[in-house]
Amino acid sequence: MSVNGSKPKFAMYWAASCGGCEIAVLNTNEKILDVDANFEVAFWPVAMDAKYKDVEAMEDGEITLCLFNGGMRNDENEHIARLLRRKSKILVAFGSCACEGCIPGLANFSSIEEIVDTAFTTLTTDNPNNIRPQTSYAAPEGEIHIPTLNPVLKTLDQVVDVDYYMPGCPPESPQIAAVIDLVIKVLKGEAQLPPKGSTIGAGDSTVCDECPRKRNVKLIKEFKRIQDIAPADPELCLLEQGIPCNGPATRSGCVARCPQAGAQCIGCYGPAEGVVDYGARLIAAFASVIDSDKPEEIDQILDGLVDPAGQFYRFNLAGSLLHASKAAQMSGNR
Amino acid sequence: MTEETKPFEPVIIGFTCNWCSYRAADMAGISRMKYAPNVRLIRLMCSGRLDPTFVFKAFASGADAVLISGCHPGDCHYAVQNYKALRRFLLMKRVLAPMGVEVGRLKLVWASAAEGAIFAKEVNQFVEEVRKLGPLNWNKEVGGAVAEPIKEEVAA
Repeated sequence: MSVNGSKPKFAMYWAASCGGCEIAVLNTNEKILDVDANFEVAFWPVAMDAKYKDVEAMEDGEITLCLFNGGMRNDENEHIARLLRRKSKILVAFGSCACEGCIPGLANFSSIEEIVDTAFTTLTTDNPNNIRPQTSYAAPEGEIHIPTLNPVLKTLDQVVDVDYYMPGCPPESPQIAAVIDLVIKVLKGEAQLPPKGSTIGAGDSTVCDECPRKRNVKLIKEFKRIQDIAPADPELCLLEQGIPCNGPATRSGCVARCPQAGAQCIGCYGPAEGVVDYGARLIAAFASVIDSDKPEEIDQILDGLVDPAGQFYRFNLAGSLLHASKAAQMSGNR
Repeated sequence: MTEETKPFEPVIIGFTCNWCSYRAADMAGISRMKYAPNVRLIRLMCSGRLDPTFVFKAFASGADAVLISGCHPGDCHYAVQNYKALRRFLLMKRVLAPMGVEVGRLKLVWASAAEGAIFAKEVNQFVEEVRKLGPLNWNKEVGGAVAEPIKEEVAA
């Protein structure tokens, strides 16, 4: 870590996320040395010791580049999002959680009560007194606080203004390396930043466009889960084989890694360019290729989609038009 | 009347196709049929044009229900597109249910250009069904900050 204060400052923060985005940054291998050579790492809780008060003490806009991953699950997440927005020139919603909610956003199908009950009373939890976390507690040493859960998980741009979006769960390391290169070039005056609000480190087409599998006319008579069938044809489009593959609505940029490895696309790169609602686009795509005109038969085919809402909004629920289920919305009104 | 004594008047967004169901609504109009005024019609060229995004945007923007209508099976001006609408309708219901949107808030009606009376009857019936379900009250500001989830115009 450099101590040279004259270098532009870099920050990376995690809110409601898993830490995979940090791993992806480290997976850029030697490129991480370029980060160190060109930036002073000012704040990166996963990698180094730093306190919130260090960030609070900075001038506004003192951090040049902040990669922010994770969704807004509690008031601490929101507080740091606002703080880092103020202190950063370029704030990047980094990874699927910050962009669209991702897996933590699936909690928006449930009420806070259900979520807390699941965490504190299910079989694997030893909690005989049925204790629940309290947001404040009078300890002998004084009152202590833990963050309060939001009724629903929000994306970063539902709380603060975001300059760029970098999708992926996590973003592919070569894409991260390319973005780091670009920012360094910009600092040296050799390149220009894309327009504010752009999606960076990804393509502007769909996963299908990058997928090398053979495509014909799709006519689906049955949806099957990939684990329920003999090895899928390695050459043929997975959706054509009845495997619910999210490629048609998902942004390119990952070089169709999952379909190339024999697994369906689950949609971690989020909505493709121009797609307003990811799930709606997939509903349109899937419904179009079902090979039946009879309501009963269509319903029978649809029974093969075990969890359609989860399938279509696995990564995008918090960023979708409907945003959260009625149950989750109501959990704020107890 | 005060807020409390007003009967609940559902706001329903209705998507019609240019060739059959819009003309059915037109027929109901020129035949001077009286029916519930709760449905705001949007004319599409075909029910197959109905992007599920339109439906979700309607619910997210405050609609209590959505009506989808098109030509009878076999009668589509574009041959088979109303079957796509049918499949989308059936799949959308499966996605809306776990979101807590009662499936009764989404309805599909086939109506030919001559069926103004049927269209009016179906609308009346739907309005009563939705009235029983009550307001959807989709929260546009969950947690206080979801002011702008819709960044682009759906019509893009």
